[in-house]
Amino acid sequence: MNGWIFILACLAILTWVILCLAYDKRPRFLRPITAITILCIWVAALWTLIRRFSEGLGAVSGMNDAAPWGLWIGADVFAGVALAAGGFVIAATVHIFRIERFKPILRPTVLTAFLGYMLVAVALFIDIGRPLSWWHPLVMWQEHSIMFEVTWCVILYSTVLAIETSPPVLERLGLTKLLRLVQVTTIPVVIAGVILSTMHQSSLGSLYLIVPGKLYPLWYSPLLPVFFLVSAVAAGMCVIIVESFFSAKILNRGLESILMRDLGKAAAIILFIYMIMKFADLAVRGSLDLVFEGSLQSRLFLLEMLGLTALPAILLSFRKFRRMPRGLLGASLLVMAGIVLNRVNVSWIGMSVSDHLHYIPTWMEIALSLAFITAGTIVFFLAVHYLPIFPKTEDEPAVEVSP
Amino acid sequence: MSKDSQTTDMNTLNRRRFLQGLAGGTGLTVISAGNLNAQTPSYSETPSVLVDVTRCIGCRACMRACKDANDLPNDTDLSEGFPGSWDRQELRFDQWTVVNPATGCNDDGIEVTRNIKTQCMQCLEPTCVSVCPVGAMTKSELGPILYSADRCIGCRYCIMACPFDIPKFEWHGGMWAVIGKCQFCAHTRLAEGRLPACVESCPTGALKFGRRDTLLAEAQARIKTRPERYVNHIYGENEAGGTAWLYLSDVPFENIGFKSNVETAPMPPLTWDVLSKIPIMAGAMAGLFGTVAWSLNRREASEHGKEESE
Repeated sequence: MNGWIFILACLAILTWVILCLAYDKRPRFLRPITAITILCIWVAALWTLIRRFSEGLGAVSGMNDAAPWGLWIGADVFAGVALAAGGFVIAATVHIFRIERFKPILRPTVLTAFLGYMLVAVALFIDIGRPLSWWHPLVMWQEHSIMFEVTWCVILYSTVLAIETSPPVLERLGLTKLLRLVQVTTIPVVIAGVILSTMHQSSLGSLYLIVPGKLYPLWYSPLLPVFFLVSAVAAGMCVIIVESFFSAKILNRGLESILMRDLGKAAAIILFIYMIMKFADLAVRGSLDLVFEGSLQSRLFLLEMLGLTALPAILLSFRKFRRMPRGLLGASLLVMAGIVLNRVNVSWIGMSVSDHLHYIPTWMEIALSLAFITAGTIVFFLAVHYLPIFPKTEDEPAVEVSP
Repeated sequence: MSKDSQTTDMNTLNRRRFLQGLAGGTGLTVISAGNLNAQTPSYSETPSVLVDVTRCIGCRACMRACKDANDLPNDTDLSEGFPGSWDRQELRFDQWTVVNPATGCNDDGIEVTRNIKTQCMQCLEPTCVSVCPVGAMTKSELGPILYSADRCIGCRYCIMACPFDIPKFEWHGGMWAVIGKCQFCAHTRLAEGRLPACVESCPTGALKFGRRDTLLAEAQARIKTRPERYVNHIYGENEAGGTAWLYLSDVPFENIGFKSNVETAPMPPLTWDVLSKIPIMAGAMAGLFGTVAWSLNRREASEHGKEESE
C-alpha cells in the first residue's frame, strides 16, 4: 500500500513537472522536488534490481504462471519500441525519400530511438528468467519462433541505430575519417533500419497470433502485425512533436513549428487509416457488439480507440488546431498515451479471461519502469547539451564536417 | 491384465529410433528449416494415454509417483484424509501433474464431481516447440515434448502461448530460473521400455497407455458400447490439432474445467504463415527502398553537377 502511495506521488510530481514546463511556469522549489523524486525512484529501482537478481522475478513482480508477461514487457518493451518508431520514419523520410526539410529533427529523433532501444534491451535482460543466456538466440536458431525474430531485430536494429546516432559523437570527438565512412554508408544502413523496424514493430504484434483462444477478440486479429506497425508509425511521429516541444522549452530554442504541423497532419491521416482498418476488422470477424458490452475490456477498448485515438486524430485534422503549439502537444500526448494503453491492453487486460485480472503490477515493477523513463530523459538532455544534436540556428542544417 | 498388455505395447515401440530422437532433441543441434515435426514418422504411433474420467477416484497416487520418478520435491502431504477433501493443487514448475475435483452439471442437469488429472497434453504439433526462440522445447522422435534448461533463456513465451496453460516458471529462481512441465517420463522410463510413472501407479485403470490409434479406437468403442454413460467427445482427438493425452468423460468437458475454446487446427501455422513470408517481404522492401533512394540520389547528383558546370 505504501508502495502505491509512493509511486502515485512520483507520477503526480512528474506529471506536474511536464505541465509546468508546457505552460512556462517554473516555481523555484520545483527543481529540488523533481530531483528528490527522481532519486527516490532510482533507489527503489536499484532495490528492485538487487532483489530480482538474487531472489527471482516472483520476489519483485506480480507476474505469475497465469500472467507470465507483465508491465516490463507490456509497457516498457512493447510501448517503448512503438514510441521509438519515429526514428526509422524520419530516417527514411530524409535519407530515402530525400525530403530534406525534415533534416533538423533527424538527429534528435534517431537519438531518442537509440535510447529507447537501449532501455528495451536492458528491460528484456532484466525480464528474462535466465538473463545470462540472452545470447542463446544468436547461436541456437529456431526460426519458427516469432520471439527468435524479435531478438534478432532488437540486436540488429540497435546496431543500426548506434551507427545512425554516431555522427554527432564522431563530430564532437573529431574523428573525421570514421565520420566519412559512416556518411558514405548512410543509405544502406538506413534501408536496413527501415526493414528491421518494419519487421520488428509488426512481429511484436505477431507474438500474439498464437493465442486466438486467449487474447480478447477486441484485440485478437490475424492483422495484429499490421495494426502494431501502423499504430507505431503514428505514435512515433507524435513522440517527435512532444520531444521537439520540450527541447525547445528547456533549451530555449525556437520550435520547428511548420515541421511539427506537417507531422501532426501525417499522424492524423495514419490514425484514421488505423481506425478504419481496426473497425473493419472487428466487423468482418463479427466482434463489433463486444465494443459496447460494458465489460472491463470493452471500456478500456473504448478509452483507447475513442478517447486516445479518434479524439486526437480529429483534433489534429483541423489546420487551426495544428497551429497552436500547445494543442499540437496535447493531442500528441494523447496519441502516445493511446499507444501505451493499446500495448498494455493487448499484453495485460486482453489476456485476462474475464473482469478478473490475474496480474497486478507491484510498486517495484512500476518504480523500475519509471527509472527507465527518467534515466532515458536525462541521458537525452545530457546528449543534447554536449553533442551537436539540434541545429544551431533555425534555418541552418546540423553542423556538418566540410568534405 | 491391463498393465501387462500396456507394457507389451511399450515394447513394440521402436526403442532405438526413440533414443535417436532423444539425442537429436537434446543435443545442441540447429533445428532445420521447414517442418518442425519432420522427425515424427506418424501420429498414430505416438505413445499416448487414455484418461477415463469416470474411473478416476482422485487418490493422487499418480502425483506422488510423478514426483518420485522425476526427482521433484515431495513436500506437499498428499496422503492425509479422504480423496476429495484435499486442498486444490496447481501445476508448478516442480509439480508436473495434479488431480483436482471439479464440479459441474452433467447432461441431465445434475451437479456431479469428477476428478480431473492435468499434465502436459503432449500435442502432436506442439505450440511451445514452435514458439521457443532457442529450441529449448523439442519434440522427440516418437512424440513427447522435452525441455532443455541448457538452451532456455526464460522468456516465458511457451507459458503465454500454450493452449492448455501447461508450462510453469520458477518464479523464485534468481538468475537461473527454469520452466517445468511433464515430459512423459520420456528420457527415463520410456527409454527403458517402462510405462510413465503416473500410468504405472494408477490403481483403477483410469489411465491407459498405448499407441494413439489403438487408444482412439478403444475410446470410440467405449463410447459406442455405453453411449448413455459417455459424452460423445474424445478430448484431445482434435484439440490443438490433436494431443497424445486423450480424455473420456460422462460430463461435458467444458463443465468440468476443460478448455473449450481450443482451436481444432494445429497452432504453429498461425505464426509460421507470417514468419515464412518475411524473407520475401524484406527482399521486396530492400529492392523498393534501394531503387527509390538510388534514383532520387542520382537525380540530385545530376542537378548538382549541372549547377556546377554552369
